[in-house]
Formats: sequence, structure tokens, C-alpha cells
Amino acid sequence: MRSLLLRREVSCVEVVGACLQRIAQSPLNAFVSVCPERALRQACAVDERIARHRAGMLAGLAIGVKDNINVRGWKTTCASRHLADYVAPFHATAVRRLLRQDAIVLGKTNMDEFAMGSSGESSHFGPTRNPHCLERVPGGSSSGSAAAVAAREVWAALGSDTGGSVRQPASFCGVVGLKPTYGRVSRYGLVAFGSSLDQIGPLTLSVQDCALVLQVIAGHDPHEATSSRLPVLDWQRELDRGISGLRLGRPAEYFQPPASAEVRDAVDATLAQLVGAGAGVEEISLPHTDYAVATYYVTCTAEASSNLARFDGMRYGARSAANDLDETYVATRTLGFGPEVKRRILLGCFVLSAGHYQAYYDKAQRVRTLIAQDFARAFEKVDCLVTPTAPTTAFRMGKRTVNPLTMYLSDVYTVSASLCGLPAISVPCGRDANGLPIGLQVIGKPFDEGTVLRVARAVEIARGQR
Amino acid sequence: MAEGLEAVIGLEVHVQLLTASKLFCGCSTAFGAAPNTQVCPVCLGLPGALPVLNRRAVELALRLGLALGCEIDRHCRFARKQYFYPDLPKGYQITQFWAPLCCGGRMEFEVDGTPRSVRLRHAHLEEDAGRSVHAEAYVAEDETLVDLNRCGVPLVEIVTEPELHSPREAACFVAELRRLLRCLGVSDGQMERGSLRCDANVSIRPKGAPDQGVATEIKNLNSLRALERALATEVARQVAVRGQGEAVSHQTLCWDAAAQAVAVMRDKEYAHDYRYSPEPDLPPACIPERWIEKLRRALPELPLARKRRLEREYGLPPERAYLLTDDSSLADYFEAVAKAVGVPQLACNWMTGAVARTAKQLHVSIAEFPVPASSLAKLLVEVRDGALSDHAARQVLSTMIATGRPVEDLLASRGTSLPRPEVGRVIEEVLFQHSTLVSGYRQGKKQLFGFFIGEVMRKLPDEADPQEVRALLQERLAGPPADPEGD
Ligand SMILES: [Zn+2]
Repeated sequence: MRSLLLRREVSCVEVVGACLQRIAQSPLNAFVSVCPERALRQACAVDERIARHRAGMLAGLAIGVKDNINVRGWKTTCASRHLADYVAPFHATAVRRLLRQDAIVLGKTNMDEFAMGSSGESSHFGPTRNPHCLERVPGGSSSGSAAAVAAREVWAALGSDTGGSVRQPASFCGVVGLKPTYGRVSRYGLVAFGSSLDQIGPLTLSVQDCALVLQVIAGHDPHEATSSRLPVLDWQRELDRGISGLRLGRPAEYFQPPASAEVRDAVDATLAQLVGAGAGVEEISLPHTDYAVATYYVTCTAEASSNLARFDGMRYGARSAANDLDETYVATRTLGFGPEVKRRILLGCFVLSAGHYQAYYDKAQRVRTLIAQDFARAFEKVDCLVTPTAPTTAFRMGKRTVNPLTMYLSDVYTVSASLCGLPAISVPCGRDANGLPIGLQVIGKPFDEGTVLRVARAVEIARGQR
Repeated sequence: MAEGLEAVIGLEVHVQLLTASKLFCGCSTAFGAAPNTQVCPVCLGLPGALPVLNRRAVELALRLGLALGCEIDRHCRFARKQYFYPDLPKGYQITQFWAPLCCGGRMEFEVDGTPRSVRLRHAHLEEDAGRSVHAEAYVAEDETLVDLNRCGVPLVEIVTEPELHSPREAACFVAELRRLLRCLGVSDGQMERGSLRCDANVSIRPKGAPDQGVATEIKNLNSLRALERALATEVARQVAVRGQGEAVSHQTLCWDAAAQAVAVMRDKEYAHDYRYSPEPDLPPACIPERWIEKLRRALPELPLARKRRLEREYGLPPERAYLLTDDSSLADYFEAVAKAVGVPQLACNWMTGAVARTAKQLHVSIAEFPVPASSLAKLLVEVRDGALSDHAARQVLSTMIATGRPVEDLLASRGTSLPRPEVGRVIEEVLFQHSTLVSGYRQGKKQLFGFFIGEVMRKLPDEADPQEVRALLQERLAGPPADPEGD
């Protein structure tokens, strides 16, 4: 696509027009809002720059942006009734960097409300559907971003990953999804959910494209105190190095139930192929894995209850009339938030309350340290870890919304990397009996996106992709 | 105070740091802007905005902590204090909870000349909240408008141990703290602008009892007068409650200046659970030892120490020394002049008299005073040596300011020879030592003139000419009063 654009065999206007048409006819509900005029206007401008050979690295490529990431002058709804009319007055840093490289933002993608959910079903604007089977979920919370890329409605999309929200939907939709190291990509302009876990990441059809988007959006941001000053690399070049001599870790805890046999077998089969490509595989153990989901939910709900306090009903959303200030807060928030968001705010308030802080939040942070030590020990032996991304393939809509705990288990293999801030990617590695995609996850050392991308690329090659 | 009882007072002082921009964003902190004009996504808490710590604010807080002898926490960590309030846009305030930047320390001050010292619990950094506007012309009866200009303004909260025992002590403590803050350049300390605000915890206990007892908290005392009056009123109220055999209850009060009374804001039973949590958007900022050492070495002589040194080295009375050290540039100026002239009393009189008055008329601080210390010193040397009368010297000073001509020119162009040097010096000394009597004389107690003559004659060798002394004294006393209290 990029080369076609640069050789001027197709124009940006044509590409954008085609994407817009696909979106308009799509049954997926992957977008919350699309702005055709804005996109076409920008496409014209980029066409001109291509003609004058002044175009950026992403010239003319159509992008979707998860609707919890700000695009200036465009609604940022977080798929919540509360923010249904909120217009962001500033660009997220990642968006600004994409636009600077002449990418064209076509629309804001659907998601679980405030990025809370693993199925894409909790959006105020209705659920997103899985392009491989419309009766199944696309995964969450970056549901729209994954579905739109899988259905080729856009070339790439930005998602946000707090406990697996880029990787798990990538796995369910059969696309590539990367959660960079915490601090690699600025969070400025991303509506916070779990601030110590949130990271913006790309969803793309290929590992190549993923590396390119990462290169554009990564890097230090003076507006973001946790963003890293480490240099941004040309990760596309890294991919050509192959994986010969790399030591891959196979953590035993990730290859047992709840992982389905089909998922385990697909990942193991791919591992065998990677050995064929020159890598070594070592069995390792991450003993605190069992505590990761609980630790994650204590941490992220605590941070979410705090981050969502600003949506107090005074400034955002329709204010519900009530007798006094406190009642107004309660009435407005009751109306504005969906059930999953309310559940997490309540949980978060509980674990932070004076009487329970030590027992829950503080303990979770200690366990978080133990989990990080597991990884540090593993990385003394191996260069990265290879695991399933999710325990199953895409499940049927409505199946897990009844019991939130079963839903939380969808994140069992992704939350650990989030708790430790490690880079992790999901790449398709096969299909189940129903033809649904299976995702393989590669988890790397901090700031070692290079190795993660190389291994993911090797998976693509093993599966016969160019 | 009733027999056998004592008041126990602890203070929480909120001080606005003298930074150009806010604690977590680049917005201006200037006072008096139109509502909601000094705001950005960060201080408005807009979705997606993130805080970035202002290094200058940390530096000022460190400077204060070092001056107060605090332990410095080398990792500057922040927490979120969660509560809902209309002028708190994020729904939480970023503050320090687990580890204040400055811990312990103590502050020396004086209560009417008696040295006192209070231990500090800690001093921590935090952001200010906005302001709810009710009482303004443009606000309707049933409306509350919110001005978020103050959101994110950097504050240091200084918390004392409950070791103050009278309203007067509390006021003297705050006054000295304000002098210290100004001297360090940490804050302008302007209470009327909200740069310095106090909350006070007050209780009454049998003298010497080990614990503080049930305390009430008085919020938002925004002047020294309000602080002292509110504490006196509350102490009296608690003594009365006790006198009736009742118990003081745990309440939060506010001071109603119009009614000169305390009013209940809320009962402590409503005590909020602030659900403190670590601030994940701000990684701990490590403070290098080098930086701390550099700041420590750069600390100036503190106002109280300087006041005591001025008393000791120059023989100044306490009130004058206090006045001179209220502004370190005033004290600098004084010391330069006093050293050059060699008669500190003369220098002091001029500093607190003609110089202070002229500066006030010109609306300039001493730091901006148009006549440098060296020029004033040259002028005063002439006065000291009796070459110039006090009155004439004041004229020279006015001419210098009006024309900008150097002091040497003006002195050279004047005729010579007035009385012998010692007479002028002794007159200055006598008037200085009896400054109260001088103001009395000027207010009409003319019979004091004989006393002044006697004092001067007594200090002069016997060949003094009474006529000369009388003429000089008359001239000196006719001039404008030499100290500002007389104004
Ligand atoms: Zn601001």
C-alpha cells in the first residue's frame, strides 16, 4: 500500500475514499465516529506533498484511533454516555506524531466503556463484532481498532492496553497488536484508566507495519513524566536480523488450563517451527502467575476509581438535577456510567479505603514486585517469552457478560506483562476448528521491542507470510 | 486564661511558592487575573492531560526545608488525595502523603523579645485547588461560580507540633515564618492575597498534662489579626465550655471576621476517607545530594539570627533591629551605611526615618532605592563630623533623588563649617536613645527640651557651648520625625 501511494499509482483520496466506503458498509460497528470531510481534506493535502516529494513516513495511510485517545477538535467519548459530547481540545502526543508523518485519521474506534472489558460489549454505542464471525466478540477493550484493521477498514489503528486490551482483541481478530514497554509511548492525551499500566499500542496486519507505527509514535514527551528518554530505533530494520541464536522461554504456567488444548497446541507447533528457524526453547517457570489476575484487578480498579473521579457530573455529561451537590454527583454518575465501570469504581474505592488499603492495594503492590522478580529471573536465562495471548479464541457474544469473573480470566496471560511494564506483542499463529484466529504472545525485556518484533516476524514467516 | 489551664495550639500553614508557573504545568501563577484565564488542560484536569513536576517549586521547598533544619526526603514522591468538590477538577489533589519532602526541623522566633522555638512535623509540597465564587457582584444569589486560576498553584504546607500556648505566640510564629519566607525568596507571604493561609488546632488542658486533649480546627485564617483574634475567641469559648463541666467536641470551625466569632463548618464525625493512593503519573523525582549541598551553601543569614546580630554588633534596640531585618535588602543597606559611617545609631535613624519615608513616597523597595548605600554613607559622614546639619543633609538627599547628581558634587558646592564634630554625634546618640521622648516632644511636650539639653551637655566635655548645643538641638528636633512610627 505504501509503495503504491509513493509511486502515485493510487492517490490518497482514492485510498481514503475506499476505506470510508468499507466503513460505511461494514456490519462490525467498529467506529464510534467517522469524519469523511476532514479525512478527504487531509488526503488532498497529503497527495500534494507526495507530488512534491515532501511526504512523511506514513503518507496517506488510513488510521483508526481508539476513542479514548484525543484528536483535537474531535469527540473523545471513551464509548461512555458520560463523554458522549466531549470534544478534545488537544491532540494526544501519539496522534500528533502520526499526523506529522502524514497518516490520515479516518475515525474514532469503538471500545469497551472507558477501556474496561475484554469483549467489546460494554460500549454505550453498542457492541463491536468480530469480522471472522459476527456472532462472536472481537475482544476488548480496543475492539473497534482490532476489528477495523482485520476487516481492512483502515491500514492501522491505535489501541490502548492496560491489561491486554491491544493484544487480546488482536488475538481474537487475527491481527498484530503490540503493547510497548511502559514509558516507550507517551500517554499524554490518552484518557487514563490504570495510569501505571496504560500504554498506547499499534494494531496492524503485519509485524512490519507494527514496527513502523511504533517508530513514529515512540519517544520522550516533555508533557509526560513517565515517558522514557531512551532512543527510538528503526525497528523495521531489526526484523531482517532473524532469530537465529535467540533463546525463547516457554513458561509452564501459561500452557495449562484455562488455556484450551487447541490454543496450546497451536502455540507449541509454532514454537517448534521457530526452533527450525534457529531459536532455542527453554522451559521456565513464573511461579507467581496465579496471583497476576487478582493483583491486576486490585491495581487497575484502584487507579480507575481515582482517574474517573473527574467525571463528577459537573463538567462532563448531562447533569442530573438533584437537591444538593452530593446528590447531583451521585445522580449524574449513576446515569452516566455503565455497569462494568460502576463495578470497577466501587471495587477501586473499596481497595483504597482507609480500612482495607493494607489488605488489598498495598498487598497487591507487593505481589506486583514478586511477579516482576519472576520475569527478571526468567530473563537471566532467555531473551524473551513465548505464550498464548488468550486462553481461548473469540467467544460468543453475551456469553461472559453475565459473570464478570469469567470475563476477567480472558486477561490471564496478558496482565503479567502489563503489571511489569514489559513489551509484549500478539501475532496470529493459527486457527481453531471453527476457523477463528489464535494469537501467540511474545513478552520481552524492558525496552527490548526489537527482539519482540523479530520473534513475531519469525512467526509470520513460519506461517508462510511474505 | 483560667487558673491551672493552658491552651495547646498547632498550626498548618499553607504557603504559596514564588514560582512563575504552576506546580504541574506551565500556566502563570500571577495574582489578580480574570477568572479562568490562567488555565490549561493539565490544571483543568481534562481527560488525557498529565502532570509534569516543576523543578523550581521543588527547589524553593528544599530551600525552606534546609533553612528550618528539616530532614530532606531524597525521593520526591506524590500521592492523590481523593475527594469531590466543585473547585477540584480532577477529583483528587496531588499532594505528598507517605513521605513529605521535608521532615522534622524547628523554627525559632520571639514573642515580644522572649526567644521561643517550635518543632515542626513536616513541610510538604502540594497543589492548590480552585476557588468557588459566591460573593461577587456578577454572581446571583443562588449561584456558585468556579474560578480555576489557582488550580495547580504550588503550595508548601508546614505543620507544627502542638507546642504553641497562646494566640500571641501563634501570631508571632507566623510573623517570623513570613519574614523567613521572604528573606529566602520562597514566598511573598502576602496573606491578603492568599499566599499564606493558616489552619489552627486548638485545645485546652490542665497545665503540663501529657496529651493535647480534644481539639477543634479553625480553617482559613487569612491575616495575623484574624489568627490571633480567632484563637483568643476559641480559647475563651473552650474555657467556658469546660467551666460549665462540659466536654469540647471535635469540630471544624471557621472565623467570621465580621461577627468576630467562630462558626461551625462541620462536625468531625463526617471525617472524610481521602483514599490516598500513590500518584502513578509522576515517577519519584530523585534529588541529588549535590543539589541539596548547593542549596544549603546558598542559604542567607536568616532574619532572626540577623536581628540578634544587629542588636549585638551595632547596639540597636530590638524593635529597630526587627524592623531592619524584616526585609533583607533593608538590612543589607543599613549594614553597608553603618560600617562606612561608623555610627550605627545615625545610620539606623536615617534608615528607619528619611530613607524609609522617601522610599515609600517613591513607591520603591529599598532594593530599588535610587541612592546607593555608598552615597548615603558619604552624606552621613558629613553629618557625623558636624560638617552638615541634619536638616541640610536631608536637603542634599532630596536633591540627589530629584536631580540624580552625585553626592560629591552636592557636598562640594556647599559652604563649610558648622559646629565641632562631637556635638552633632552626641545629639544623634541622645535622640536615638530617647526616641520615645522625641516623639513625645514633637507631639507637644515641649518641656522635654531641657532634658535633651541636659543629656547632651552631660556627655560633652566641659568646654561645650550651651548656645551652640541649644541651636543645633532646636534645628534637629524641628525637622521631620526621624522614625517611621512617628509618621
Ligand atoms: Zn495549567
